[in-house]
Formats: sequence, structure tokens, C-alpha cells
Amino acid sequence: MFEILQYHFLQRALVASVLGGTVCGIVGVWVVMMRIPFVGVAMSHAAFAGAIFGLLLHINPLLMAFIFCFASTALIGPVADRGDIDPNISIGIIFSIVLGIAFLGMGMIKGPKTEALNFIWGNILIISTSDLYYLFLISTVVIAFLILLYKEIQAILFNRELARAIGLPETVLFYCLLFLCGATVTVNLNIIGGLLIFSLIVNPPSAAYQLTYKLKTMYILSVCFGIGSCLLGLFFSYLFNVPSGAVIIIVSSLIFGISLIISPKRKVKKYEVSKT
Amino acid sequence: MTLDIEISNATVSYREHIALKNISLRIEAGSFTAAVGPNGAGKTTLLTLVNGLGKLQSGTVRIFGALVTKHNRNKFRRDIGYVPQQMNIDARMPISVYDIVMLGRYSKIGLFRYPGKKDYTVVNNICQLIGIDRFIKKPVGHLSGGEMQKVSIARALAQEPRILLLDEPTANLDPCAQHEIIGLIERIYNDHKLTIIFVTHLLTHLPSLCTDALLLKNGHIIASGSIHEVFTKDLLSEVYDFDIDPPDVNRAGPNV
Repeated sequence: MFEILQYHFLQRALVASVLGGTVCGIVGVWVVMMRIPFVGVAMSHAAFAGAIFGLLLHINPLLMAFIFCFASTALIGPVADRGDIDPNISIGIIFSIVLGIAFLGMGMIKGPKTEALNFIWGNILIISTSDLYYLFLISTVVIAFLILLYKEIQAILFNRELARAIGLPETVLFYCLLFLCGATVTVNLNIIGGLLIFSLIVNPPSAAYQLTYKLKTMYILSVCFGIGSCLLGLFFSYLFNVPSGAVIIIVSSLIFGISLIISPKRKVKKYEVSKT
Repeated sequence: MTLDIEISNATVSYREHIALKNISLRIEAGSFTAAVGPNGAGKTTLLTLVNGLGKLQSGTVRIFGALVTKHNRNKFRRDIGYVPQQMNIDARMPISVYDIVMLGRYSKIGLFRYPGKKDYTVVNNICQLIGIDRFIKKPVGHLSGGEMQKVSIARALAQEPRILLLDEPTANLDPCAQHEIIGLIERIYNDHKLTIIFVTHLLTHLPSLCTDALLLKNGHIIASGSIHEVFTKDLLSEVYDFDIDPPDVNRAGPNV
């Protein structure tokens, strides 16, 4: 069994699982706490649209995906703030725009669309060393951002207006959080896939949210669930010869289901009437 | 006379609604001002004008003598404690009461730094002063309305502010909690001599230590001055559109 670990593709997949699970677990906490889960969908479709246009224009798809994500981030925050609308609405608007662009690009690709479709499904088993470098870079940036600005992020996650009222540079930090969400989605495009990455960003932190009243513990649990989903998904994918991205998501959904069932937050105290 | 707040010809609009219409106001350092008026008078907007959360359409705001601009307003906010109206918090929110009080220190600590010994001492002392040290480990979503208001006040005091803005801190509380909160605010004023603006639409909720008052209606300041000058039957009746007797402003203790 363990001799398969000598294969380079599997070693890369294991490293990608740990890095991808970690970074999605952290970014997911921000997304879930700020109640903007659909930012993952919008970003993944922006990255997807960028990657397709990268293919069409013969420019590095990952670079184009990154540019599209950055542009979407630059729009979501200001559209919400300046238009005085809920961030979820601005995410929905940006999502519809990038979805249209992605479909337009798909329609313009001549011949088989296999390469483009890879960005939808991803495959952790065929990632390149450069993909891994990008993933490592973004993971380092996200972890450094979290460690250096932990308290400011905590304030924003609790209440954006309050964070602003106490004198924190809330707007800039909020836009940075959105941008890092986009960057995370982009580097995971080849690994998990644009369509499935949303679940890996939402499921592990949502499971962690059910189990703790401490933010630090939520981060730790979310990262553990993210890594666990990726490693178990990889294992089952290898075992049953099925698509890895899909299995990773199913595992993360199962973890959420179990957390919901055993959640101490769902316990209801019973009042016992004394019999006198 | 040192002025902490100086507002000149300020207008604030929310889309088609003009919340404050060309108002001017001067508030002295160390004064305790009650901002009173019916719902929709512009009381909350007045507070957001002071702490820079409101979008000023025209006019100027000076805090501690300096003009507030969008580039320097964060600097002023660090010295302005703001207690908003009650917030809706998810009961499962993974943040404790202690964490919320510590939030008040964050802008003082500065970016890229963690709370130090002094910050923990300040927060511990404030939790004791406010009387919330019994439940500092509790998740913030598990608090009652009165407890949450105390935590909000503690968080604002943790900033060690020079100005304290209180937006209807007794709204939706039971009489006992109202009494406790007003007593607490009076104790804070006595001990720290902060500049306080206390917003309420209920005259029965006024702390007895208020020195000054503002009467607002439809975005205008109808009257401002000492509490005895402002709380007259004529002015209050004009603001509330029916005959209303002034509260007994000489009464000692919380006016509940």
C-alpha cells in the first residue's frame, strides 16, 4: 500500500491536500463568519472565466484567472460600499457578469474543450510543480495575513461597522480578505476545480462553527477538516478510481453532516418539574 | 472653554432622505449632553457624524479642535467610544465577552501587534468596574439585552476614550436593566469626566447628571443649551407635537 507514496504525482497531491485544505479552511472561516458564502462561487467563476480567456488568448490561464479574480474583488467591495447594498447582492451581480463572460469564452473555444473543462473539475493527481509553488505562495500569504492581523480580522468578522467605529482600517482590510479569497480560489482551480472549490471553502468552517464558541478553535478545526477532506478524498479517489475533486467535496459534506448532528450548540436544556 | 466637538453647517443625506439639515453645534469638553427627539429626528445620525461613520454632504466637523477629513478620521475614532443601538448577534457566534471588550483596545494597540500586559490590565479593570467579570468567558451571543449593553459600554471604555457616544443604551431593556445601565453611565461620568452624548427618545430615560441638552426634530436642532433652558414645556411640546411636561432634571439618581 505505502509503496504508492514513492510516486511523484502522489507526493505532489499529498502536499497540495495539506496546503489546499489549510488555506481553504482559513479563508472559509472569514467567508462563513462574514455571511458571504457565495463569494466562493463568484470568485471561482471569475477565475474560470479568466482561465478560459487565457486559453483563448494563449496567455498563462492561471495568470488570467488571477487577474479576473482581482478585478472581481476590486468590484465586489466598492459596489457594496458605494452602492450601499448588501455584499451578497454585489457578489450576485459580479457572479452573473463573470458567468456570462465564462460562457462566452467557452462558446469561442474551437474544437474539444477538455482543457477548459479541467478548470471546472480539477484533478489533484495531475497537478504540476508550478501549481504547487503558486499554492505554497498563496498559502504563505494567507497564513501570514492571519497571524499579523488576527485581531483586526476578528473585529471585522464580528461586525464591520464596529471595526470601523473603533478606528481600524476596516475597508482596506475587508477588500484584502476578499482578494485573498479570490487568490485562494485561483490557485486551487487546477486542484479541486472551479465548480467544487466553493464547497471546500464553506463546508469545513461551517462544520467547525457547529463545534466551538472560540474563534481560534474554529480556525484550527476548519483547517483540520479541510486537510482531512482532501486527504481522505484523495485516498478514496485512488481506491475507487473516481474523480478526486468530487470525492473531496463529498467527504467535506459528510464532515459537516456529522458536526451538525453532534453539535453541542444544538443541545436543548430540559427543565424538570419537581414532583412534590 | 475647550470644545471637544464643533459641527458647522452640516448636512447628512441617506439617498433621498435628509437626516440632518445644515446643523451647527458646539459641545464642551467634559459636558454630559442629552440628545432628545422623536424617532427619525436625526439623533443617531448626529452620533455617526461625530465618529465619522456618517457621510457628510456639506459642512465641517472638528474634533478636539482639528478638522475631520476622510484621511484622518480613523485617528479620531480611537478616542471616541461608540455604543450603538442593540446589535443582532448569532447565539452561536464563536467570540467571548472578553474578546469583545478587548476589541476596544485594538486601535490603540496598532496594526501587526498583539495585546500586551497593559491592555489585559485595562480590560480586566473595566470588566470589574462594569460588573461583567462574572461572565467574561461566556459566548457573546448568550447574553441578555442588558448584559450586552454593559459589554458594549465596557468595550467602548476599553478604548480609554475622551468622548463617549451612547445611542439609546436603555432601549428595549426592562426597568431593572435600565436602572442599572443609567446608574453605570453616571458612575462612569463621575469617575472619568468624559464628554458624553446620550441619545434617547424617552425623557424618562435621562441620567440625572446631564448638564446640557439638544432637542432634535426632522433633522433640525430645535434647541440647545443647558438642560434647564432646553427642557421647557413649550420646546418639548413643539418637538413631540403634543403637550408634554419637562422631566424633573434636579432629581438625584437614575430617572427611572
